[in-house]
Amino acid sequence: MRFLKPNVPMRFSLVAAGLLSAGQALAQTGDEPVELTMYYPVAVGGALTDVVDDLVEDFEAEHPDIDVEAIYAGNYDDTRVRAMSAIEAGDAPQLSVMFSIDLFDLIEQDAIVAFDDLVETEEEQAWLDSFYPGLMENGQLDGQTYGIPFQRSTIVLYWNKDAFEVAGLDPEQPPETWEEMAEMGAAVREASGGEQWGVMVPSTGYPYWMFQAFAFQNGHRLMSEDGTEVYFDDPAAVEALEYWVSLADEHAAMPDGTIEWGTLRQNFLEQSTAMIWHSTGNLTAVRNDADFDFGVAMLPMKTQRGSPTGGGNFYLFKDTTEEEQQAAMTFIRWMTSPERAAAWSIETGYMGVSPEAYETEALQRYVEEFPPAAVARDQLEHGTAELATYQGGRVRRALDNAVQAALTGQMTPEEALTQAQREADAALRRYAR
Amino acid sequence: MIQNADRRMQIYGALLLLPAAVLLATFAYLPTVATLVNSLFLPGFRGEPATFVGLENYQLLIEDDTFWQVARNNLLYALGTIPTSIALALGMALLVNARLPGRGFVRMAYFTPTILPMIAAANIWMFFYAPQIGLFNALLGWLGLPGVNWLGDPGVALGSVIVMTVWKEAGFFMIFYLAALQSIPPELEEASNLEGTSRWSFFWRVTFPLLMPTTLFVLINALINAVRVVDHLFILTKGGPNNATNLLLYYVYENAFSFFDRTYAATITVVILLVLAVVATVKFTVLDRRTHYQ
Repeated sequence: MRFLKPNVPMRFSLVAAGLLSAGQALAQTGDEPVELTMYYPVAVGGALTDVVDDLVEDFEAEHPDIDVEAIYAGNYDDTRVRAMSAIEAGDAPQLSVMFSIDLFDLIEQDAIVAFDDLVETEEEQAWLDSFYPGLMENGQLDGQTYGIPFQRSTIVLYWNKDAFEVAGLDPEQPPETWEEMAEMGAAVREASGGEQWGVMVPSTGYPYWMFQAFAFQNGHRLMSEDGTEVYFDDPAAVEALEYWVSLADEHAAMPDGTIEWGTLRQNFLEQSTAMIWHSTGNLTAVRNDADFDFGVAMLPMKTQRGSPTGGGNFYLFKDTTEEEQQAAMTFIRWMTSPERAAAWSIETGYMGVSPEAYETEALQRYVEEFPPAAVARDQLEHGTAELATYQGGRVRRALDNAVQAALTGQMTPEEALTQAQREADAALRRYAR
Repeated sequence: MIQNADRRMQIYGALLLLPAAVLLATFAYLPTVATLVNSLFLPGFRGEPATFVGLENYQLLIEDDTFWQVARNNLLYALGTIPTSIALALGMALLVNARLPGRGFVRMAYFTPTILPMIAAANIWMFFYAPQIGLFNALLGWLGLPGVNWLGDPGVALGSVIVMTVWKEAGFFMIFYLAALQSIPPELEEASNLEGTSRWSFFWRVTFPLLMPTTLFVLINALINAVRVVDHLFILTKGGPNNATNLLLYYVYENAFSFFDRTYAATITVVILLVLAVVATVKFTVLDRRTHYQ
């Protein structure tokens, strides 16, 4: 599944962001084009590889002095493996889109450089400051910026208006609180005579991410900012997991056992559930395939609204020449410019990464005709950083196991989270500052 | 003069062995040694070089509950997949070796799962298993039975993975049995028909013993696959729920690439290698004595 870019630009784009000319001039030093390799992941549905290929083609048309080879590398985990193996083999890519939460591991492997080291002009600094602060949280450490937001998302609630109507609920009124979501889910389940589930929250793939949303809605943040401590066994976290489990156990609004991340969109499209929690990155795919009326809302609240951000950031790698780093910067600035960010958001459902993106004509028009496109952005003010710590793989796995153990009835939420805390503490014991 | 010719033959022999020896050393023995050496180190903390810790990783491994659970899963997985897929392969081979209408089509149908890449097969099966929209629960629904959360219930998930693996592997093993069946001389059957041997005893007394070399080969292959092929886990369960379907090699992968703990991954690999070596040795020494090569 390798998508090689043709060297000859095939399409010429007329959209040229003026602020890029500086970077372009810098990169034009030799006659040979600078060659860049970039790995990128796709974690949701839809033909996103085509979208990326088109963007890269447009870029190459505008910048004949830079060749970008964009390689689709699978999901976030696969992409990390591909990039890390390439680095170990001495064939480091110049840049990649990787999981925003890979930050700590990449720093520990001494693989990436901070953007602050490359930024020279005021204009470049302005670009670095142009993104939503909520999306920068996962990309910064000790005051340095290592990750530039690109395919970023929050979790949103998709609801089936037709199903709500059949169940005698107001089709325009999504659940505002945990209690409402449980009640509405149970109502749908009952009205359908057991044919349709009320709500599904995926518990494979990225269970820790969904759990973070529940915990944050209950006013609890699961980790310290420096990534050296986690707080899984806090009573607020236990309560959050108890609520998640109760959706199946008590309210009979959600099926027992774990719910598969990969098939969940299909579940929603085939109307086997009236509500799902999923990445906003699915929005365009759902819109294209749904043959019923659906809405998108912020997640319900307990004590506050909330969703972790998620998704992928651009990283710059070490062991590359200065010329390559500048060219990579040029490319990243182009990809994250308001026009590109707007186009990317429209094609996928991922968020426009900067306020300017939502001020572009294209995205304004799109949001007007399709208001769900703005939900993820509006929710951003209630956002929190995605779970990111040192030893991230182990820590996330410990929490994933706890969530699954509780949902499948192997342990109580409290037992499961206590065990996860113990495992995470063991993994982090060398990092306490 | 004779000595000289002898010597030349030796050099000639050694040269013939050389390409294989070089390839094996580069891609099998050197990595094995490197893995063994790696397993004696701890990864460096924050960019420091790795530190030698002797057998500490092995100590950690013994205390690691997840490792034991994963090892148990893998044992169940092997016990679930190997005998079933071999028996099924033999049955299918006997069937399509006999005269039956549309034989070519049936053979192809049995072999199709083998041609599919594991990842593609797993993606198809994920939708078979999907609780609300999947094929299996739809079938159960027609029978009026409640659906099962095939991959999401820790009590069922490993069984679901096993069933898919058997489906995938049986057709491949069938090909070996089919080839072996066709190399059995027809005189044997004619002779036994003259003697009035029943088909049942002909199978057990003649066919099955003659198939023993194939069975041994298939057995070893099935064992290797039970440890070596975990592609489907990436799609179906990612080792979950709560490690219920985690297998040894997937655990190695997680440690090496999700947890960046290469040395612990190396430790598990060494243990896997040891166990496989022991099992393979036992198989060859015990079964070889009962195997009749023609």
